[in-house]
Amino acid sequence: MKYTTPAGDTVIDRQRVVGQPTTRIDGPLKVTGHAPYAYERHDVAANQAYGYIVPSAIAKGRVRSIDLAEAKAQPGVITILTTTEVDELPLGMGHTVPLFGGSEIRFYHQALALVVAETFEQARAAAKLVRVDYERTQGNHDFHALAPDAPLVEGSDGPDVSKVGDFEAAYASAPVSIDVTYETPHESHAMMEPHASIAAWEGEKLTLWTSNQMIAWSKQAVAKMLDLDPANVRLDSPFLGGGFGAKLFVRVDAVVAALAAKKAGRPVKVMLDRPLVFNNTTHRSATIQRLRFGAERDGRLTAISHECTSGNLAGQEGENGIAQTRLLYAGANRYTAQRIARLDLPEANAMRAPGETAGLMALEGAMDELAEKLGMDPVELRIVNDTQVDPETPNRPYSSRMMVECLRRGAEAFGWDKRNKTPGGMREGRWLIGHGMAVGFRNSVQMKSAARVRLSSNGKLTVETDMTDIGTGSYTILAQTAAEMLGLPLEDVTVTLGDSDMPASCGSGGQWGAQNSTSGVYAACVKLREDIAGRFAMDPNTAEFIDGEIRAGAESRKLTEATASGEIVAEDSVEYDELSKKYQQSTFAGHFVEIAVDAYTGETYVRRMLAACAAGRILNPISARSQVIGAMTMGVGGALTEELAVDTRFGFFVNHDLAGYEVPVHADIPHQEVIFLDELDAIASPMKAKGVGELGLCGVGAAVANALYNATGVRVREYPLTLDKYLDKLPAV
Amino acid sequence: MKPFSYERVSSPAEAAAAAARAGGAKFIAGGTNLLDLMKLEIETPRHLVDVTGTGLDEITETDEGGLRIGALVSNTALASDERVKRDYAVLSRAIVAGASGQLRNKATTGGNLLQRTRCPYFYDTNQACNKRKPGRGCAAKEGVSRQLGIVGVSDACIATYPGDMAVALRVLDAVVETVKADGTTRAIPLGDFHRLWGDTPHIETVLEPGEMITAVTLPKPLGGTHIYHKVRDRRSYAFALVSVAAVLDADGHGRVAIGGIAPRPWRVEAADAALPDVKVAARALTQGASPTDQNAFKIALVERTLAGVMAKARGEAA
Repeated sequence: MKYTTPAGDTVIDRQRVVGQPTTRIDGPLKVTGHAPYAYERHDVAANQAYGYIVPSAIAKGRVRSIDLAEAKAQPGVITILTTTEVDELPLGMGHTVPLFGGSEIRFYHQALALVVAETFEQARAAAKLVRVDYERTQGNHDFHALAPDAPLVEGSDGPDVSKVGDFEAAYASAPVSIDVTYETPHESHAMMEPHASIAAWEGEKLTLWTSNQMIAWSKQAVAKMLDLDPANVRLDSPFLGGGFGAKLFVRVDAVVAALAAKKAGRPVKVMLDRPLVFNNTTHRSATIQRLRFGAERDGRLTAISHECTSGNLAGQEGENGIAQTRLLYAGANRYTAQRIARLDLPEANAMRAPGETAGLMALEGAMDELAEKLGMDPVELRIVNDTQVDPETPNRPYSSRMMVECLRRGAEAFGWDKRNKTPGGMREGRWLIGHGMAVGFRNSVQMKSAARVRLSSNGKLTVETDMTDIGTGSYTILAQTAAEMLGLPLEDVTVTLGDSDMPASCGSGGQWGAQNSTSGVYAACVKLREDIAGRFAMDPNTAEFIDGEIRAGAESRKLTEATASGEIVAEDSVEYDELSKKYQQSTFAGHFVEIAVDAYTGETYVRRMLAACAAGRILNPISARSQVIGAMTMGVGGALTEELAVDTRFGFFVNHDLAGYEVPVHADIPHQEVIFLDELDAIASPMKAKGVGELGLCGVGAAVANALYNATGVRVREYPLTLDKYLDKLPAV
Repeated sequence: MKPFSYERVSSPAEAAAAAARAGGAKFIAGGTNLLDLMKLEIETPRHLVDVTGTGLDEITETDEGGLRIGALVSNTALASDERVKRDYAVLSRAIVAGASGQLRNKATTGGNLLQRTRCPYFYDTNQACNKRKPGRGCAAKEGVSRQLGIVGVSDACIATYPGDMAVALRVLDAVVETVKADGTTRAIPLGDFHRLWGDTPHIETVLEPGEMITAVTLPKPLGGTHIYHKVRDRRSYAFALVSVAAVLDADGHGRVAIGGIAPRPWRVEAADAALPDVKVAARALTQGASPTDQNAFKIALVERTLAGVMAKARGEAA
């Protein structure tokens, strides 16, 4: 299906199944422990051996030699794969540096060897006895030291700088202006399930049972890195214990398992130790962001400048904190630019809502500061600066933009008008109470996505696609889509995901998964409907599929009549072309937060939070809400506690476990409310849906920071907002 | 994890003897800290003596009107004991401020006293750590040190004793009872139990090799208001930046011990004497502090947390 013009009325608009609050169809498997996660797939290949990675103890340098004598002699050891016995692997998709091979060391905990043994414990014990002789070189590990001299990011069209109008002149003449700098730290995805893979060879054919968000990309990457015909590579990843972007691209577990399985002549399984999730895989880069605004006294922005510096290894962009600033608010004179410091730290890469998460932590904090300087309600300041077109390209309208409605609905439901309006002015016993808000913004992305549907002779439907469910609810919304299209009850639909032998989907990332993967299933179902209708000489456009029947006028046939001679298979994809060029497609939220700060100790706790979201058709209010509250929780972590602490001497993230890298616990998140606005966006997708999985995170950090200011009168511009950064500015006790 | 041998014993004396017999032995009860450290090969015992069968899992009343807590009483059982909740509430509150429910179910009273520091450089075996490898230096001092100690620390090591329970036991003047390999027993005031390690940070307590904790005794109840305030970055499952265990009367007189700042629960006579003057008490508690840039905030945090505790004791601020 080529999606070139916005859909009119469709079958989905009936919303008999789609849009209904439906619990996860894979829920029972998960809560009973029967969902097969990568490392636990004991049944897929016999004789699995255990691999354990020997990580680099230094951040930069090279391996002089590796002594395996003692390790090899340990009980149970089958083989040891070392980095020096293979050439540097080619870069796979998304990689900044090789995952394995060669003697150069580019980051701490880089994999230098894999010990393969009969048991996990044997492999781990022997791994400790692998002796690596290092040649250490001094690296550049200190982002703050490098940031002032960081060069502009070079894009394919030159430096990433955008100028509209004359910022400097407008800024200089603005009656009200601010110039503030915010900092966000390095952050880790810290998903529950570490990266894991089981590899098995049959001749030249490699199968990887793994935990990966993007099956089609990753299949190609594995083929490239290992020099295989893609036809000989199969990935299977039906369940993931979270990813948040950490599993967009193949990581070292998959390639060392594959190489070691070949060497050992038997299947090998590898899971990354928790510390390796932090230092061996990817993270969100820290940022330093300078914002300058010029505004009229009525709040209208006349000058907007946002400059963001982040860091990464050479060869890759960092955190694009300016992306949303090019789109979010009106303003005639604009300047945005991105700089990148070349750091010898582990690879920075996409983490949930890359760009907007860090960017909005700064932009929406600065907007709060401007509102205060103007003496204006922060909600009204945003509304005054609404735009219905891309402000850099005004002939490009938004497909649908309900920012103002999100703010009004959210403010009303939250009781924003009853908030504390004086910084430091509301106290309950020992607690300073504060309220803050921010706009949430994240783009909706169109991606090709294919699926196959099979209607079997018993009238049951199977959906097949390599789409992944990273905890988001993909299984459920794909089943809902197919059930709606074919007029079947949900329980008559089976969904099979994550297998690279199935049609290539959009995968899970960038909050593009839901609307594109369901649209792919929609396209396949349209074909299936045509096939069935054709068998009964009915018009597929007017025929109705309902209760296991196809009906046209007075005529009605059971679907099982159509499959009497065997199953019917249909496959199609959704593909897009010009709609995303003609229209800016984005999702919006109003985030509202109430916090309490202990006036004595500075401990800050969120008391309640609310998000009002507009993201097109909400395909399943239960799983969508689950996405948003999870993202809001991640936003609280980003605001208050999460930071990868860098040892700038030795170049590594020091707090590399879940005790040291503090994500929120249940007690940190007492009350969350999510409101979905009614919105259908036919430009965004045939399903009229947009993404929602990242929207819930975007803006939360700033809402918390703004609430902290409101509670205490102390503006903290350096995330996370730990008490050591404002304790000395709290009222004396 | 290095291979090790394992045996179960059925009495404390047998345990101490077993440990003395086998070189490089450790006792294991809940194992919540020891097993983690063994997996990382930070602890490498050659022999484990499982003491869970030694019957030390009761809380009994002493002739002096206090309590004797068997070394194997779980954190959960201790925190929820009616007598503890009534007469030693600071202890109950400190315990439930630590770890998680699952860990508290496994962790024991004796083991908790011996939990090791959470300094990240102690945990990362690639880094220099005098506590882990004596004489190798301390990577923490000039590294990431926000969580680490400010008083009682040394050039060799700026780690803290990480626990909560012991801070409350310190304020209650608890005593640790032990048995040695030769069968002799002794009673060690908790204030003397954890060492100020100086240049030997790998030796954290006064226990001799093979000496086993059998019980912790509490003197008769003190009365007063019992408060444990643990300041941390998130609301659960985090170690203290600073914690205050306090037993105070209505005027704010009493005693306090501080966690999260030193190699042991930190109690200073002059501070107790100064109460209810928070400023003077806090100054006494942080006297001689040698913080890093990253953890200097703990000095102010001690004072402010103490002030908050005092306000709570007076019923001023809930």
